[in-house]
This record gives sequence, structure tokens and C-alpha cells, in this order.
Amino acid sequence: MLFSLTTTHEPATDLGYLLGKNPARYQTAELNFGRAHVYYPQADERCCTMALMLDIDPVALVRRDDSGAGPMAQYVNDRPYAASSFLAVALAQLFSSAMSGRSRERPELAAQPLPLSIEIPLLRSATGQRIHDCFEPLGFEVQTQRIALDPQFPDWGDSPYYSVRLQTQARLSEVLSQLYLLLPAIDGDKHYFVGSDEVDKLVARGGDWLRDHPLRDWILSAYLKRRRSLVNEALAKLLGGEIDEVESATQPEGQEEAALEKPLSLNERRMAAIESQLVALAAQSVVDVGCGEGRLLGRLMKKAQFQRLLGVDVSSVALQRAAQRLHMEEMSDRQRQRIALTTGSLSYRDKRLCGFDAACAIEVIEHIDPPRLGAFERVLLSSPAPRRY
Amino acid sequence: MSELSIPELCLVILIGPSGAGKSSFAKRHFLPTEVVSSDYCRALVSDDENDQRATPAAFEVLQFIVSQRLIAGRLTVIDATNVRAEDRKSLVALARRHHVLPVAIVFDLPEALCQERNRGRPHRDFGAHVVRNQHRAMRRSLRGLSREGFRKLHVLRDVESVDAAAISRQRLWNNRSDEHGPFDIIGDIHGCLSETLTLLNKLGYSVEGTRDAPQVTAPEGRRALFLGDLVDRGPDSPGVLKLVMHMVESGSALCVPGNHDIKLMRHLQGKQVKVSHGLAETIAQLETESEDFKSQAARFIDGLISHLVLDDGKLVVAHAGMKAEFQGRTSGAVRAFALYGETTGETDEFGLPVRYDWASEYRGEATVVYGHTPVPRADWVNRTICIDTGCVFGGALTALRYPERELVEVPAERCHYEPIKPLQPEAEARDAQVLDIDDVLGKRVITPRLGRSVTVREENALAALELISRFAIDPRWLIYLPPTMAPPATAAEGPLLERPAEAFAYYRKVGVERLVCEEKHMGSRAVVVLCRDEAVAERRFGTADQGRGTIYTRTGRRFFADPATENELLHKLDGALQSSGLWEQLQTDWVALDCELLPWSAKAGDLLRLQYARTGAAATQSLDAAKQSLEAAVARGLPLQELLQSTQSRAQAVAQYIDAYRRYCWRVDSIADLRIAPFHVLAWEGQVGLDSDQAWQLEQIDKLVAADPTLLRKTERQWVDLSDESSVSAAVAWWESITAGDGEGMVVKPVGAIGNGSRELIQPAIKCRGREYLRIIYGPTYTEPENLERLRQRSLGRKRALALREYALGHEALHRFVDQEGLFRVHQCVFGVLALESEPVDPRL
Repeated sequence: MLFSLTTTHEPATDLGYLLGKNPARYQTAELNFGRAHVYYPQADERCCTMALMLDIDPVALVRRDDSGAGPMAQYVNDRPYAASSFLAVALAQLFSSAMSGRSRERPELAAQPLPLSIEIPLLRSATGQRIHDCFEPLGFEVQTQRIALDPQFPDWGDSPYYSVRLQTQARLSEVLSQLYLLLPAIDGDKHYFVGSDEVDKLVARGGDWLRDHPLRDWILSAYLKRRRSLVNEALAKLLGGEIDEVESATQPEGQEEAALEKPLSLNERRMAAIESQLVALAAQSVVDVGCGEGRLLGRLMKKAQFQRLLGVDVSSVALQRAAQRLHMEEMSDRQRQRIALTTGSLSYRDKRLCGFDAACAIEVIEHIDPPRLGAFERVLLSSPAPRRY
Repeated sequence: MSELSIPELCLVILIGPSGAGKSSFAKRHFLPTEVVSSDYCRALVSDDENDQRATPAAFEVLQFIVSQRLIAGRLTVIDATNVRAEDRKSLVALARRHHVLPVAIVFDLPEALCQERNRGRPHRDFGAHVVRNQHRAMRRSLRGLSREGFRKLHVLRDVESVDAAAISRQRLWNNRSDEHGPFDIIGDIHGCLSETLTLLNKLGYSVEGTRDAPQVTAPEGRRALFLGDLVDRGPDSPGVLKLVMHMVESGSALCVPGNHDIKLMRHLQGKQVKVSHGLAETIAQLETESEDFKSQAARFIDGLISHLVLDDGKLVVAHAGMKAEFQGRTSGAVRAFALYGETTGETDEFGLPVRYDWASEYRGEATVVYGHTPVPRADWVNRTICIDTGCVFGGALTALRYPERELVEVPAERCHYEPIKPLQPEAEARDAQVLDIDDVLGKRVITPRLGRSVTVREENALAALELISRFAIDPRWLIYLPPTMAPPATAAEGPLLERPAEAFAYYRKVGVERLVCEEKHMGSRAVVVLCRDEAVAERRFGTADQGRGTIYTRTGRRFFADPATENELLHKLDGALQSSGLWEQLQTDWVALDCELLPWSAKAGDLLRLQYARTGAAATQSLDAAKQSLEAAVARGLPLQELLQSTQSRAQAVAQYIDAYRRYCWRVDSIADLRIAPFHVLAWEGQVGLDSDQAWQLEQIDKLVAADPTLLRKTERQWVDLSDESSVSAAVAWWESITAGDGEGMVVKPVGAIGNGSRELIQPAIKCRGREYLRIIYGPTYTEPENLERLRQRSLGRKRALALREYALGHEALHRFVDQEGLFRVHQCVFGVLALESEPVDPRL
């Protein structure tokens, strides 16, 4: 993975003082994920380019990962090649003084806007526009070029990679801080666990420019891997505890959810209709086949009419979530006698489904392959033979 | 010495006051584990044998233990005073509930003796009045005991007879486990004498003599087994009785009674019976017979046992079937089941009882053969088969040869009796195609015929349940899932991770010399199940309106989303099977093929686009930029030649990696762009192909491929004799040449079938992948020496064990399907393969 930074501020070789790396020398450093090479492909009075090449060890990347999951667990992945959190960490470690605006030899230069240009040969991004939207508000001139996926198979479409060139007139520390936050956010993957200390790093690096960035909330969310509690914490810190502002700031997210609400309310309406049917039928025991996270069961639990409820789902993950939503752990004995959750499948006949007044299968049939509907029909209608269905 | 005889399976209830010597008696005559004592149960729940407050809880424990033992079919003795009728009532009910005979042994000893014994024992100081009351209650009970339902009652009246008593365990009437056959099991005859004689002839029996004095000789070692309903409706019920009575008496046949036989017997015994359902015909036919014959016939029927357990418990026969819990048991309910089957208590529109479909729920180990319900065709349902094919109604008289499982039938000479309702269609069989959740959920141990038992852990079963329910095709098609395959031991040195040498070394070590190396096609695994037409699919797979076959992936998913593509491919494969003559040669109307479907990109398009091509694009771009930048730095005189070189060689490796995946990709616009490489005929009617020799297999595959060389792709191969060095080096050279070209690698297999006899299976196949291909697996730059050295550290143990277990399960699934053991028996194995696949194993192996 390559990253390069160029200035034309004369004498351009002063870039070496700012970065703390001598343009005449080639230096290497061991990082915990591989090796960093720093060298200057060009270094004269008029133009000086620092190149940082990261040699990420692909075997160690996989072998260190114990979870066996995710793209990291595959030897075939783009991590050694794309600008990502690896690059951000390397920038912070190799150029920590420069990033915080300190320079022993050239303090005035560190405090002064410089003409800088940055080349990132490979950045992964959902869209090219997003790269523009992240950097342009900060005063960068942005050029992106999309990389073809495989020229031999044009019908496979484009790759999600862009080669990026950024140009600006700004303080070096500011530019490095912005890259530190924005590259991992745009890339969307982090090679380490994201916890509360990430919030502090974010506030430290983004304190003065992130606050008013039009994509601020997206950047926060992407950088913090969409962990809501961390995003809120970061917002509060960033906005200096101005609660009103925090609330108004979270508004756009609320609006996003509002957009999502239409299908939800359809689901709500469906549940309400089913509930009123069950009430009208005077069903006392109900089995909800394909109960998912237990939405219907939660509603029925509130009505004393329903004395025996059984939720069945094929996904144990869904059932765990249902148990949480319904607070099964904390239920009183009496409540617990009314409800049970169990793993089951509509492809199998199940005696446990027998003997209920009513059986519901909500948003289930549409997910069954037509040839298997017959078995479903027999499982649901012939063996349990609910009084109503 | 007096002998107390009890049935080998019964519930023995000891009766007598404290101190009567029950416990020492039980200790002398029964296994310690056969005896359940109320004192002991009291101690279990309260730490005190004599704590009377613990009695209710102790009794629950006792009942539970006894129930579990009776479910398991173990004789059990209850050591408690049991002196009151109400105590015994619940125990007798318990025996009944499990269809086990209750037996009482009463210790009617003098009270004084009991009192004295108690005085001599510690912790028995509960007072003389207790023993006195117990003694009195016992005496009072004696007279009514026989009415309480005990099948056997032994009363020991003095110390001498207690001491002299010996227990003799009697075999149950229905236990004929020592009869191993072979049998010719014959369905409902209903007076069809002529068809019966024809059938016996066809089965190889010699029938001589006359109608009134038949002389039948069975073929060497064989015996006929009549499933009852010998009489009624048909033209000559007395003739049939004479024939069967002769055969049973002369030892050439066994017989169980049918409901019609029992009714006739009751009529002959002078009891009031309703003359219906063809009994009138029998009565009329009997008019010309002697009184002597009639009473003989009544005695004969009376002596028949309602169901028989044969061949070490592997075969059960009864007129109307026998569910697993009832097999080898004795009770009124068991007998009623044997005669009438299970009914729901309702009647249908023809006034006939509605039968409960017990066979569809049957999960027993024993094969059950029965009749009673006329069916158009004898079909296996979960290891049960009804062979009443309605001869008297103009159907056929059917026999099942056991253990051959071969059906032999003789068509009815005419319709002797109009049925009240038409023979039932397949409704029953259809319901048998529903699987029970209990068949798969929870921890499960499967015992395949190859290798050791396989344990499917509960969490893996849950993962498989979700896969099957959400993604898999109809389980009726899913008769096999391919096993995972182990690579060879990793090469210890050199530029390769996998080499033929290690694969050969493995087989040499396990004593296999003749091997075949087959070209490994790089596409997606596809299992093809194909029937000659849809009617065959419906009959053999129980699928209706689902076409004549299917193509599915290694995880049981439909291969093609578009049914038209699947149909067209199946049609072409059928064409190849026809023109190659394989349908005829294999004498089958369905077949299952193991194939690789090409190109890889046809099925793995997403994987290619999202992972492989992306990585290639990213690496190319990134390394090109690095090269340019390094070249500039080198030009400036910086000492970066080495880094530049390694970057260049990496770029080269990436180019090779891209070439490696591109080889297996091409555009698919229509079915004409697809290729199928069949490499194994998995199974067909009556045979499991996994058991056949590879030479024969490849011969069949070649015939098939030759029949449609456009669609089908040949599998190249190299035969190896490990004792011949030149053949070994030729195989290595062959592998090198195919992997230097477009080949993924090869699969090394023993030529002969594996696993004959030994519990230790050997690997059925080892894959040996080429150097270039492995870039797709281990990353473009895996060949760099420092990467290669680390990658050599890979542990293969789990993968190898998994490969064996999955192979054994897949092999078992096919056998069970071929043997028509029922959907659930097949499905358990297939489900097991899927469950094992959720084990965390290095996905690169």
C-alpha cells in the first residue's frame, strides 16, 4: 500500500523537517501489522515527495485472527493494498509530531498553510462522490479515478476502488489529522476493536474541523463502526456538551429512521389486525410459527385472554433476541407459564405445535419455495390442527 | 424346590409385610439393578429409608425409574410392602401403560416371624402395630388378588417354600428372535386358494396332495409367514385354512391371526358375531366341512400369536402392523393393534373405521411387515411395508422375501368380492414424506454401516436446521450430500504445499496399492438426481409436480434459480443416459450423479466479483503505483533496489493469481456455455455406486460423456500401482503437467471400494492441488518463501476426521434410500453431513 505527500513550498525539502524524516535517507520501521518504508522519490528545492509504503503481512493478518470470520480470515483480501485504518495508524505512529503540529526545526512552517498534494493509489469507497464530499468541504481539490474490476470480464462491473489525488493549501498537521479520520471512515473497515478510546482519538484529531463538516454525522458513524452509544458520546464531546445541539444533531438520523418507518408501520398494522382477529376468535392459546423477534407475542402477552403462547422460529439468533425483547429472564413464574420459545422449523412435523386454539404464520409463506408449501401445509394444518388458523 | 415361572419381560410386584424377607429374596433371584425398592427411593429423596413423610416423593421416584425401565423393555421388581390394594392398583396400571405383564409374588408368612425379624434389625423400631397392620392388610388382599389384573400370582406360605423357590423366566410367546428365516411373508389371502397356490409355486414351494390333504414342501431353509386374514370374502376359505394349518403344523410356515380369522373363530366357538364383511361366504363354504375340521380350525386360530418378533428383533410381523413401543409387548391394546391397527375412533363415509397412519410416524429399528389395509401397491414407509394388495378385490396376492426385500406377486384371477370403497390411493405414503422435528433436533448419534458412530452435536444440528429450512431444496430430493475432502499432508520442504508424493505415502501406509488419480475439475459441485419421467419421481421420491429431477449444490441448495435451465440440463442428461444405454444397463429408472458444473463463475459469480477480482484489481493498482514510486527513488540513488525487486515479483505473483482465477471463468449467456463433468454414478435402483470399483465407475462415466461430448466433460485419469515406481513417477509427471496448464489438481482414490469390514475407515479420496491454483486459496503471494514456510504449519486432523465422517454419512444416506428405509432415515444422514459442515475447520483445506 502506497501513500505519498508532496509540497511545492520552497524550499520543498523542508518537508523532511516537518515530517521528521530525512529526504536523503530511506528509513524503515516495524509496525505490529508489518513494515513501513519511508523514502522520498523526489526531493529538490521546488518539489519534494515523501512516500510511505506499507508492507502488510498477509499471512500474519489471517493467522492472528482467531475468530475465523470476516474478510480478514481469508488470505485473499484487499487489506494489504487499500488505504485503510492500517495507513491511519502508520501515519499517527510515524508522523506523530507532524500530526500534532510540532516541529523542532521549522515551527513556523508547521503553523503555516502549505501547498500540499496527496496521492492515494487505492481507496475503497461505496461511491466516488463520497470521497469528494468528505474532502471538498475541507478545502481540498479532489480528483478520483475508478479502477476497473477485471478488464477481461467487463460485465462484472466496476471495482469499489478509486485512485485519489488531493490538493490543498493547508497546515500539514491539519491535513494529516483529516486523513487519519477520513481514510478509515471512507474505507469502512477497521483492523482493530473500536471502543471508547476511539472517541477520544476522534475528538482529538477532529476537534476543530469535524464539528462543522456537512458529513459530520456520517463520518462519526462510519469511523465508530456504527456503534450508536459511541457516536452519541463522540457527538457530546465534540459539541462540548451543548445538549440542545446534540439533540438537534441526532435529528437527521431520526429522519433517516422516519424514512424507514413506512414498512415498519405496515408491519405494526398487520400485527394489530392479527391481534384483533385473535381476540375476536376468543383464542386462548396461540402458536406463532416463525415468531422472529417476538413482536406478536409481546403484544399478546399484554392481554390476559391469551393464556398459553408458543413462539417457534428456525433461527436461534432470532429466538435469543425474542427472549431479550420479551424479558424472559426477568419474568415472574406466572408470566413464564404463559409463554415459551422454541427452535422449530416448518419443514418438520412437530408435536409441540399441537393443541393450540390458533396458529399464526406471519410473513412466512412468502419465503417458502413453492415445492415445499405442501409440507408446510401438512405440518401446520394437519398435525397441529389448530381450531383456527 | 418349587419353580416360580414369570415372563421374561414383566413387572414383578412383591407383596408382604416388613420383615417377610422380600428384599433378601429379591437379592437372591434378581440383578441388583432389576430391583427397585421403596426404602431406597425414600432414602434417595430424604437420606432416611424410614422417613414416612418422604413416601409420596419416594413413590414418584419409584414410578419414574420403573417407567424408564419398562420403556426400555427391562424386567423390573418392585420391593415394597404393597399390602394394600390401592398401592398395587397404580403399579398394575404402570405395567399396563407399558404393555408389560404384572406378576405378584406374595410372602404370606406368620406375623410373629416378621415381628421377630424386625426386632433384630437396626432402624426398624417403628413399632409392632405397623407390622401387625401390614400383615392384616396382606391377608385381606389375598382373596381378591387375581381380580386385580395380575397375570401370574405366586403365593409363598412358609419359610421353607421361600427358601426353596427358584425363579424361571419364560420366553414371551411373541418372542421368536431365534427364528432367522429366510421368510416368504404372504399378505391377506381372504379365501383366494388358487392364487395362494400359484404364489407358493412362484416362490419355489412344491405343492402336492389334494385340497383336503395338501402336502407342501418349502425350498431349502425357507419358511412361509402368513399375515392373517386367511378367510372371508373369497371363494375357498376352508381350503386356505387347510393349506395354512398343514404348513404351520409341518413346520414350513408361521402364521399370525387377522381380525377376520378371530371373528370366524368366535363364530365357530358358538359366540354371537355379526355376520358381515364376507363372513357369510365362509360360513356357507364351511357347511360341507366336518365338525372335526371346524373345531380344529377354531383351535388353530386360537393358538396363533397376534404378533411375532423375529430375527434378533430385526423383523416384526402382525396382521395390521405394530408400532415400535408395542413390539414384543403383551396387553389387550397390543393385541388389538396387531389385529385392527390404530384407528382414530371415527368412521369414514363408507362406514369403515378411519385408520391412524402409524407407519408415517414409525421410527423403530425393526422392519415391520403387515397387511390388513388393501393398497394398490406395496410401498416401503419408514421401514414398514403393507403387502395386502387386495387379491380378493381383484388386486394381487403379494409376498415379501425376507431378508432379500424382494416383492413377488400373483395377480388375482378375478375380482372375487366388490370392495366397499376403492383401494386407497397414496394418501398414506404422502404423509410419510413429512419429517418429524424429533428426527433431527438435539444431540444425535448416527451409526452408519461404514466406520464408527457419528455424533451430531446439538448446536451443529441447530445450524443445519436453519440451512435446511431456509435454503435447501425439498428434502425428498436430498438423498446425498458430498463429503468434504482432505488434502495430503503438507510437503515438508520445497516450493509446493501439496504434492502427489504425500498422497501416495498415505495410501501406502494404510496398505492400498492400486490408485486412480482423477483430474479435479474447477467449477461448483453439483449433485444430479434424475428420473426417467415425472411418474417415477412421484413414486420413488414422493415428489409431485416437481419435475423429474433436480440439480443441487454441496449444501443442498437448488443449483439454478431458473427452473427452465435445470429442466433443459436434466433433459440433456436424460438424452445422454438413453443413448449411452445406461438406463438399460443399470436397470433403473432413476439415477444420482456426482458432478462438477463449469464454469466456476456460473455459480460463484458473487465470490469472484466481491473477493477474487477485487483483490486482483486492488493488488495490481497498488503494486503498480508502488513500483513507479520505487523506480523514481532508485533513480535518485536511494538504496531501494531490493524493495523494488520484491515489489516487482509480487506484481508478477498477482498477475499469476489473476490468471489462476480467470481460467475457471467464462461468460455464460445460455445453457450452451455450461459444462458438466460427471465423475461418479452415486446410486441407482438397488445399488449404491460408491461401493463399486473405480475402473467400472469411470467406464460408465466415459460412456455417458461420449453420448453428449458438447455438454459433458471427460475426467482425465492416471492409474497408479504404488509397487511400481515407474507408474508412480508417471502419475507425478502427469500431475505436474496438468497443474502447469489449466488444471486445478487431482483427486487420488483407491481403485477398490473402501471400508470393507474394518471400523477404521481410510480416506476415500485425497485432493492434491496445483501450485498456481492455491494462489486462489492462500493469496497471490503465498509462494514467497517466508509465507510458504509459515503456511506449512496447518493442522489437518480435524479436516481428515470430518472427511471420513461425512463420507460415511453420505454413503449411509444413499444405502438407506436405495433400501427404501424411509425419508427420515435418509434425511438424518444428510442432515448430519450439513451439521458437520458447520464445524469450524480451516476453510482453506
